[in-house]
Amino acid sequence: MTHEVIPVRVYVAIWAILVFFTFTTAAVAFIDMGPFNIVVALTIAVIKMLLVIIWFMHVKQADNLTRLFVVAGFFWMAILIFVTLSDYHTREWLPLPHMW
Amino acid sequence: MRRTRIPTSRRSKLADTHSAVLEHSPDLQHHFDDMHQQFDSATLGMWVFLLTEIMFFGGMFAAYTIYRGLYPGAFASTSKHMATWLGATNTAVLICSSLTMALAVRSAQLGQRKLLIWMLILTMIFGLAFLGVKAVEYHDKYVEHLIPGWDFQYEEDPQYWHQAQILFFLYFAMTGFHALHMIVGVGILTTLLVMAMRNRFSPAWYTPVEISGLYWHFVDIVWIFLFPLLYLIGLHAHK
Repeated sequence: MTHEVIPVRVYVAIWAILVFFTFTTAAVAFIDMGPFNIVVALTIAVIKMLLVIIWFMHVKQADNLTRLFVVAGFFWMAILIFVTLSDYHTREWLPLPHMW
Repeated sequence: MRRTRIPTSRRSKLADTHSAVLEHSPDLQHHFDDMHQQFDSATLGMWVFLLTEIMFFGGMFAAYTIYRGLYPGAFASTSKHMATWLGATNTAVLICSSLTMALAVRSAQLGQRKLLIWMLILTMIFGLAFLGVKAVEYHDKYVEHLIPGWDFQYEEDPQYWHQAQILFFLYFAMTGFHALHMIVGVGILTTLLVMAMRNRFSPAWYTPVEISGLYWHFVDIVWIFLFPLLYLIGLHAHK
């Protein structure tokens, strides 16, 4: 009728990967990798998010219009973070005007 | 209201061309072409709502990003006050609840009413367990004087007294709004449970289960990001 039924073993496999990544991200946080700690943490978080979105939230089976909306959400989020940071990070690039 | 009768001669012809309209499912609302379109419209609508939720949480994530960039030392210093293992346990609990929610949707698709009821109950139990752990964490923060703006004490790193409060403010705002979404989610699950017990769902129509599942998984995704950002910032430096 609507969506194809995904087998239970696929759901359980996704769950197992998610649990594995949860403990990986917690364990890796104890290792000092300098600036790469946050990179690893966020990469794992993004992988987990994609697994949830594609399989649990059925985007794999969704029509293209729904997919477009999902991508639009992340596009918006990217604009929010990127444009805000491009302000905060570049404030000291140009010399500040002195008192007049 | 009087129904317009279709003459027998025309009926067969209409049945050929508009059979979907004349003999549609009782679950089909009249403004949709077919069940498929009705289902896709509902899921699309739910996704639009979730996009507004991305904007809602996105503002807080942006604030977090800015302040972490401004005060990296203060943010890292808060890690020793975070209950990392409670957070990790809660992440696992939430992932389990996402699995049972996905299986609830699956049993609704297949018309397995008993399994659906059990999966909804399990999802609620996981959700409530998450909230229980959250309550323990909040209580610990209260006991340790880590509530920003109200008797905040930060004796180990007094130089961060001001900046660390910003992280704790973000911690309470983000996990608090997340917990609020969990409470709403448990309410939604209760409604689904009552509907399932009244046998309202069928393989032809289980839209509320599907879109509530979308909501539940979204709340899970928010936590997937909150966990590393709030609990794992400076662990490697403090152990």
